[in-house]
Amino acid sequence: MNKKLIDLQNISKSFDGQMILDDLNLYIRENEFLTLLGPSGCGKTTTLRILGGFETPDSGKVIFDDTDITKLPPNKRQLNTVFQKYALFTHMTIAENIAFGLKIKNKTKSYIDDKIKYALKLVNLDGYENRMPDSLSGGQQQRIAIARAIVNEPKVLLLDEPLGALDLKLRQDMQYELIRLKNELGITFIYVTHDQEEALTMSDTIVVMNQGYIQQIGTPESIYNEPENAFVADFIGDSNIISATMIEDKLVEILGTKFPCVDTGFGCNKPVDVVIRPEDVILSSPATGRIKGVVTHLIFKGVHYEMEVTANGYEWLVHSTGMFPVGTEVGIDVDPFNIQIMNKPASEDEEAVKIDE
Amino acid sequence: MIKNAAKKIYIILIFIFLYAPIFTLIVLSFNASRTRAKWGGFTVKWYVELFKNDAIMQALFNTLLIAFIASVTATIIGTIACISIMNLKKRTRALVIGITNIPMLNADIVTGISLMLLFISMGLRFGMGTILLSHITFCIPYVILSVMPRMKQLNPHTYEAALDLGAGPVYGFFKVVFPDILPGVLSGFLMAFTMSLDDFIITHFTKGAGVDTLSTKIYTEVKKGIKPEMYALSTLIFITVLILLLLVNKNPDEKTTKQLKSEKH
Amino acid sequence: MNKKKMLGTPYFIWSVMFILVPLGMVFYYGLTDKSGAFTFENISAITSPEHSKALFLALLLSLIATVICLLLAYPLAMILCSMNINQHSFIVLIFILPMWMNFLLRTLAWQTLLEKTGVINNILTFLHLPTLNIINTPYAIIFGMVYNFLPFMVLPIYNSLTKIDGNVINAAQDLGANGLQVFTKITLPLTVPGIISGITMVFIPALTTFVISKLLGGSKILLIGNVVEEEFTQASNWHLGSGLSIVLMIFIIINMVISTIFDKDGEGSVL
Repeated sequence: MNKKLIDLQNISKSFDGQMILDDLNLYIRENEFLTLLGPSGCGKTTTLRILGGFETPDSGKVIFDDTDITKLPPNKRQLNTVFQKYALFTHMTIAENIAFGLKIKNKTKSYIDDKIKYALKLVNLDGYENRMPDSLSGGQQQRIAIARAIVNEPKVLLLDEPLGALDLKLRQDMQYELIRLKNELGITFIYVTHDQEEALTMSDTIVVMNQGYIQQIGTPESIYNEPENAFVADFIGDSNIISATMIEDKLVEILGTKFPCVDTGFGCNKPVDVVIRPEDVILSSPATGRIKGVVTHLIFKGVHYEMEVTANGYEWLVHSTGMFPVGTEVGIDVDPFNIQIMNKPASEDEEAVKIDE
Repeated sequence: MIKNAAKKIYIILIFIFLYAPIFTLIVLSFNASRTRAKWGGFTVKWYVELFKNDAIMQALFNTLLIAFIASVTATIIGTIACISIMNLKKRTRALVIGITNIPMLNADIVTGISLMLLFISMGLRFGMGTILLSHITFCIPYVILSVMPRMKQLNPHTYEAALDLGAGPVYGFFKVVFPDILPGVLSGFLMAFTMSLDDFIITHFTKGAGVDTLSTKIYTEVKKGIKPEMYALSTLIFITVLILLLLVNKNPDEKTTKQLKSEKH
Repeated sequence: MNKKKMLGTPYFIWSVMFILVPLGMVFYYGLTDKSGAFTFENISAITSPEHSKALFLALLLSLIATVICLLLAYPLAMILCSMNINQHSFIVLIFILPMWMNFLLRTLAWQTLLEKTGVINNILTFLHLPTLNIINTPYAIIFGMVYNFLPFMVLPIYNSLTKIDGNVINAAQDLGANGLQVFTKITLPLTVPGIISGITMVFIPALTTFVISKLLGGSKILLIGNVVEEEFTQASNWHLGSGLSIVLMIFIIINMVISTIFDKDGEGSVL
């Protein structure tokens, strides 16, 4: 494991009496691709702005490379930011934009020229030196914003929803581009997004946030497969979140039917939430399934069929490559290791809220 | 903190600079002495005299009538013009907007004498009519300038949707387009009204001998000495406008602050 | 589509009739003599000592006033912008409001304030400071110009400042720029349209004024505006007045061209 580069300690911040971050603790390792993921208003952008130095936390410390930088102004920090909607300097050429930080550091002209060439090559925009930002497409402006940040050789690159303004196809291309850049530069990326797919595709570590609290920290796989609470399960991908009772270790009662599972340590006869991903629901003939149900909706989605099955009073969302017509009686089963057990939220703060997108 | 104090002092000084003459005029309106030079004790007699002074009341009436007719006419012509300017080809549009801007960018004195020469060669009798024509002319650009940005923000499909749903062009315009551009139309009207009211130079060149607005009346009085009733009148106008604006501004003010607060995070 | 274009016809006729034709008249009168024959004399009259002195003085005073306005307005606009007043229209209002008190009266009020025994000098004497004797001098004219036209400098600059995306400033800081560098490299260049628009809106009326010079400069100081005004209202030599107006228009046109070059999208407008 790489060493800790940034350590956020007990960060709190409020605006106009409204709590945005509440006692947040988070560390970021060297050379990590870390994503802050959450709905708008969850505090992810504020966290990033505190890192960049554009906001000062009400309390808590920001430690960078073992130094306290909480009060350090942005222009003295060894990190650079790629802003939402790029924030390019519209009155300067592309070359002048990229050279901005280097000129301030009084680098020689030949050094700057080399860096501009290198950066433009890195973002696949060689030859754009003398264009103006307004004449570039959104995707190109995005790359320039990245080039402008990385020529300064920051130890950390902060990216604030950088792909938000791009269309779907371009966004997917840029995701691969960012992964490539990160590997070539070998620096830390801290990425803010509300798009779960972006987060899953690119990150080493995902931090799911909601209402100023960290909900879960983990690898994309663990966040997707083992969500710790209903909010995370609901926010990441489609899922069936069902109230259930943990009968004993490795046995859970869902909608009145007992299912074997693999989780232990929740106690006996405890109310829990279970998460079952739609692709993990197995449909079969009524005789073989654990629960009987009726297909109520069927949509072809390309890769798979999406079905809704009413069983024991719950609408199950099912993704499957096979299909059953509407009205068919089916049996439902789930493999034990595909049932994810979660504790019910302890306080109101942690409760899953409606995701506004 | 010192920086903040300096900022505040700077703003206060500028405001003293901007409002000192206004304060002076208000004080003078209560000055019992007829000359501006010395303070002769407090009085409200000029406010009483004011309403007995037919010449001033006539000038006030003319000023308000001209400002009202000119700004309403300019608002109607300007708003309609905006609709068609939006539909012009790029180059023609640039030309039309260029011509529209002339009265705003040109010096008032040149606009004034150019209109004067026009009216003379047309053989028009100088009076209320010529003043009105001139005021409408220099008011229209202010209307177009404030309606145009609203027009540009408009989603062209809403009007088409209204037509699609069976509305006639006029009905569709007033039901769908007009509410969206209304703030621009109103601020254009207000701007035009203010400009017309405050104008002296253009009126100076286009008025006839017998007709006076407040501005031209004051200008002729400069040599003889301004009648204190004039201070009383301008104080009344200023206070009225101030109260009106405070009332109008009070409600939207609260609304926007609330909106901003909820938008922020 | 055609119907919509037709809607503009009244205005197009109006603007030709009352904007273009009148300007044509000025050129016609300016380029002819009383008998109607073509002549350049009305324009070359500007070179006479009396006229060129008035033009030179007007240029000098209006340039000084414009520079003072800019120096006063820019910091003011920046402070207003940083105060985070939610109400954009409130700012505009504060500067428009004085216009509801007649412009001649406001200017006259300065006469009262600036007089030898006026309010300001009384205060200065009370504070044991040297008195200000600027009334009826060119300084008073500059003072009046700055007073009357300052709002027209503040508003466009304030507008172009509010249009700057906060993240652009953040980006510059992020790339290492300190306060001064952010100002010279980002804020100032991005507000050039506002500055140019402000300069136009102050310089043109200041250059061509005849009222301010008459009210605050006494009757002895003649600016080019006073000369033109007198040709029309007293001397009734419209040909000479028009010729001198054409000279004025040359400066106006130069100013217009510069402002369109720097402000292509009309970003620096007052409203």
